[in-house]
Amino acid sequence: MTRHVLVRIGSYLLIGLGTVFFALPLLWLLSAPFDATPTYAVRPPSEFTLDNFAAVGDNRYALPSLLNSVLLAAGTMLLVVTAAALASYALSRVRIPGRDALLYLILLLSSVITGTAAMVPTFLLVFELGLIDSRVGVVLVLTGGLLPAAIFLLKDFVDTIPRSYEESARVFGASPLQVLRHVVVPVARPGLATIGVWTIVQVWGSFLTPFILLRDPDKQPAAVLVRTLYTEGGSPNLALIATFSLLYSIPVVLMYLFAWSRYGFRFHGGIKS
Amino acid sequence: MPAAEGSSSGLGRWHAVGFVAPAFALIGVFLVFPALWTLYIGLTNYRLTGAAARQPEIVGLDNYTRALSDPTFYNSLWLTLLFVLGSAVIGQNVLGFLLAYSLRATAPALRRVVQALVLLAWVLPSSVVAFLWIAMLDRDAGTVNAVLGGSTAWLVEYPMAAIIVFNTWRGTAFSMMLYGAALTSVPPSHLETARLAGSGSWQTLRDVVLPHMRRYALTNTLIITLWTFNDFTPFLLTAGGPNRESEVVPVYIYNTAIVGGEMGYSGAVSLIVLLINLLLALVYLRAAKVRVPS
Repeated sequence: MTRHVLVRIGSYLLIGLGTVFFALPLLWLLSAPFDATPTYAVRPPSEFTLDNFAAVGDNRYALPSLLNSVLLAAGTMLLVVTAAALASYALSRVRIPGRDALLYLILLLSSVITGTAAMVPTFLLVFELGLIDSRVGVVLVLTGGLLPAAIFLLKDFVDTIPRSYEESARVFGASPLQVLRHVVVPVARPGLATIGVWTIVQVWGSFLTPFILLRDPDKQPAAVLVRTLYTEGGSPNLALIATFSLLYSIPVVLMYLFAWSRYGFRFHGGIKS
Repeated sequence: MPAAEGSSSGLGRWHAVGFVAPAFALIGVFLVFPALWTLYIGLTNYRLTGAAARQPEIVGLDNYTRALSDPTFYNSLWLTLLFVLGSAVIGQNVLGFLLAYSLRATAPALRRVVQALVLLAWVLPSSVVAFLWIAMLDRDAGTVNAVLGGSTAWLVEYPMAAIIVFNTWRGTAFSMMLYGAALTSVPPSHLETARLAGSGSWQTLRDVVLPHMRRYALTNTLIITLWTFNDFTPFLLTAGGPNRESEVVPVYIYNTAIVGGEMGYSGAVSLIVLLINLLLALVYLRAAKVRVPS
């Protein structure tokens, strides 16, 4: 019986300490943006202010970098969703020998060929293609890494869509592309939305690829820019960094909340780049 | 006739090939080709600047013999081993299981709050969480020093401990959720039997719950090991320093390739990383018993 009590006490102690451990660093993100003179300390704002948000607006690079993040995320999302929709539809409907083995193989490759392991050849490839410092280069590299998982997840989804709709559209003489656009895509919308949100979340947070492929600060996304927000004296501009980090984090938290509320935790599955 | 099967949706073989082509071209050029190219790059003296930039020459296995005799490479391998063992195999695994197990019996509201905090650490962008920990570990005003007392410059004096604690914080969510799901799959009848047999909670945990977790623990450990092994985020905290004291392999590759410009040598190191990744993934496939249907 005492053992039982000890286990219970131990488990509440663990939850308490765990909560403190996980909450403390996060609190800084909630208080420092509203502090007139933020320090590294986690504390309530010494003097409450919203001026830091205006300062983010005045910074030459801050808001444009968020726009860059939007461009990279939107570009990659469009490319991933389009290419994955076409591929998963074909792979779902046409029997090609060794199809499933092929799918597993590219999924395996995408988890083995990580951004770190492929940093050197990716940099050289983009360099040889003349795409260093180009957003297109970043979008293409990120797309290549995310597509395998996207196809894999989407094919599972397309498999569950009955074929009878497509057959009737065929009877009326629709071409395969028309069938896909007007019959399959509307039914597959939840699956496509999942892949879209998942892609945006991955690109929004990705640091390494834009960090090595983009030099021009005018093109850098928020993930890379946040490291360069220094004061004129050369020390980190805490007010700017904290406020900018908060603004940069909010969309990704909202997207996760949206995805979890609709699809559950399975959403981020086993794939993280 | 195989083509007839596609005809239900009017998708013949050639259409199917056309539909698959864009995706496979992108994957081929930007994912598979770089990996294969690494084989070649690792055999050359390719550099970013200088004469070898224009005309890289084949140097055979020189890069590999250099890596295998270079103390800085062994240093980064050793630090990576510490990082993976400390933050993933032990840190995330143990903390994730303990949290999942403790939260199982708590009030749903409390459980949701704690889970939300742990998950926030996981979903926030890495540049942001890295800075949160730079703030935590700051020598003068950092919260860690405020709690423990003293004025330790953690990132300078204990860089490895710093990135291990950081990555435990960052990644525990995955293990917690995985074990949380696994715990709900323990058959209630087994728990009931243990209770009727008079086992206390500790015995139940040891004799009923933990044996049931073994398979999940193995697959979880393999996944987080692969991720942690390839994690570039320590760079955002310490950039490998001071004096290479936290230069894990991903940071080592960045420093030799992008900063140092030695593409040939870092290509060889990358191939070693690729092979280790492949090994981990194959062990994972075996452990997870993923049958490849064909």
